[in-house]
Amino acid sequence: MKRFFLSTVTLLALWAMANFFAMPTAAQAKTIKVGAILAETGGASFLGGPESRTISMLVDKINAAGGVNGDTIELIVKDSASSPEKAISFAKQLIEEDKVLAILGPSTSGETMAIKQICEDSKTILLSCAAAEVIVNPVARYVFKTPQKDSDAAKKIFMEMNKMGIAKIAVLADNTGFGKAGKEQLEAIAPEFHIQIVAAEVYDKAATDLSAVIAKISANKDVQAVVNWSIVPAQAILAKNIRQAGWNVPIFQSHGFGNIKYVEAAGVAAEGIIFPAGRLLVADTLPADNPQKKVLVQYRDEYEAKFKEPASTFGGHGYDAIMILVEAIKKAGSTDPEKVRNAIENLHGFVGTGGIFNFSPADHNGLDIDSFAMLTVKDGKFALYNK
Amino acid sequence: MTSQLFFQYLFAGITYGSIYAIVAIGFNIIYNTTGIINFAQGEFVMLGGMIAISLHTLLPLPLAIGLSVIITMIIGALIEIIFIRWLKNPSVLRMIIITIGLSILIREAALHIWGEGVRSLPYFNGNEISTLRILGTNISPQVLWVIGVCSVIVALLSLFFKFTSLGQEMRACAANRLAATLCGISTKNMVTFSFMLSAGIGALAGCVVSPITYTQYDGGTPLAIKGFTVAVLGGLGNSMAAVIAGILLGIIESFSVSIVPLAFQDAISIALLLTILFVRPHGLFGSKEAAGLKEF
Repeated sequence: MKRFFLSTVTLLALWAMANFFAMPTAAQAKTIKVGAILAETGGASFLGGPESRTISMLVDKINAAGGVNGDTIELIVKDSASSPEKAISFAKQLIEEDKVLAILGPSTSGETMAIKQICEDSKTILLSCAAAEVIVNPVARYVFKTPQKDSDAAKKIFMEMNKMGIAKIAVLADNTGFGKAGKEQLEAIAPEFHIQIVAAEVYDKAATDLSAVIAKISANKDVQAVVNWSIVPAQAILAKNIRQAGWNVPIFQSHGFGNIKYVEAAGVAAEGIIFPAGRLLVADTLPADNPQKKVLVQYRDEYEAKFKEPASTFGGHGYDAIMILVEAIKKAGSTDPEKVRNAIENLHGFVGTGGIFNFSPADHNGLDIDSFAMLTVKDGKFALYNK
Repeated sequence: MTSQLFFQYLFAGITYGSIYAIVAIGFNIIYNTTGIINFAQGEFVMLGGMIAISLHTLLPLPLAIGLSVIITMIIGALIEIIFIRWLKNPSVLRMIIITIGLSILIREAALHIWGEGVRSLPYFNGNEISTLRILGTNISPQVLWVIGVCSVIVALLSLFFKFTSLGQEMRACAANRLAATLCGISTKNMVTFSFMLSAGIGALAGCVVSPITYTQYDGGTPLAIKGFTVAVLGGLGNSMAAVIAGILLGIIESFSVSIVPLAFQDAISIALLLTILFVRPHGLFGSKEAAGLKEF
């Protein structure tokens, strides 16, 4: 009886072991689970919407072409509705239940900061689509971001002002995380460029008319230019109100203005607004030898053909997040999180929509100030600004 | 403060105020016939704007607005018939919860139909930067449209409620539902009419303010909050008072910007609402006795 028992156990053990070793071969074409937490609805939906559509489109395309290293990507998209609280619970769900390799997003800086530590603790790769510099400074081992840095946008604007001989400015910002972070950057960097901020105001993200605050700022005769840092529709309202007040001041906006819908909303009031942005918006006017041109034109054409709406730089952040991950998985030749993470960190010269990414252990953003171009609005379209 | 700056603040305040007032009037109509607050009123404003924007791609502007008002009125009627008509003596609390639920439903439906982007109707006259010079300051012609439409609505409504039999029946229904029923008035139909009317006015408001404020699927709620504040401030049910209260609130908000940072603008209007609710719950122009007879 005892012998019978022992042999059964041995047999079972052998069977289990055989299964165990057989597994990698049996599951040769496996699926790579990738999570995405994006603000498809809510206040930041104009970010999350294009990001989510872009990522889904690219995953379908990659899978149709045979996947990554023969593995198909299984994309799990969660709509955070622009809320950090929801982002936290989705991050936990994706990490603990779905056991994803990486999380793409969230769309906003507030949401990203809410889940930064969770991803770091669980060693899950996070490729954020949000702009604020704090996401990657200080560097967290598993956290990366694709949009350009706030501080570079501010520097780019100030450099332009120095050229134009503008020394005293008014700063306006919305009360979202993006607006607040931008206002802090502007205030911190202005002295470096010998620019003085003579007036600063913060408005509500749901503001519907700003003519009163324009009256206040325009009464200050020192103001030579207005810088507005915002991602909400109010940035189009602001431009209208300034021009309606008959105030012919140069208007600078942040890279949050990079959505043609805002230009349409502001109509002729948008003409001449100057802002830093990635080159996606002016892909056609780039010289043929620009290394980004091919990527930009291809992404824009595919997106616009599929979704019948203009491509925005925000969708481009989603493009960069998924493509960087795919490139890293290819380079690593594995879906081991540690190996993929190292591959991202060593990625050099990767051409994305935001610029050319050169990651390093000290730089988890990989973009420099040249990834921004100064753009303006001409005849209702984005155009390169050069004067 | 120079006189030019003074008038700039004044006109900015009138702009805000007329937008708030036109939204507040919609609240008052349903309140007048049913004694409830329709928390989906902001969504009627949004729907009116959205439908008109969609129709404007095919039709000229006046026709698009007219049709949008009619479509929104039909939606208002359908909502009342489907969700409210069959309720037997619903309590105020139940009606509030139903209308809040409806507002979420309409918002989500709008998100699926129109997406999350901002849209707007073109300016009725001129464009985004054209202005009229009045008293040394500039004002957008669209603001005059809002003020004009607002005044016409108030005038027509008071005539409608005073002189037409339908208007009188609706008022009777508001004053005493049981007595109205005994007089042979179909109170249920009156409630449906009031939903249609306020949906139509909301939609018209949504169209005239769209070039100024833009239209977005979730843009109705902030407008409804301000509209509600104004309706309470003026005294619920009184459309004329709502206009005065609206412009008053707008002017207070815009002049507050000259003293305190812009970020406190909403804090001021909410503080004002709370003060009114504590000190004069029947509103600035309402009568205490009449308010005492209402359930809500």
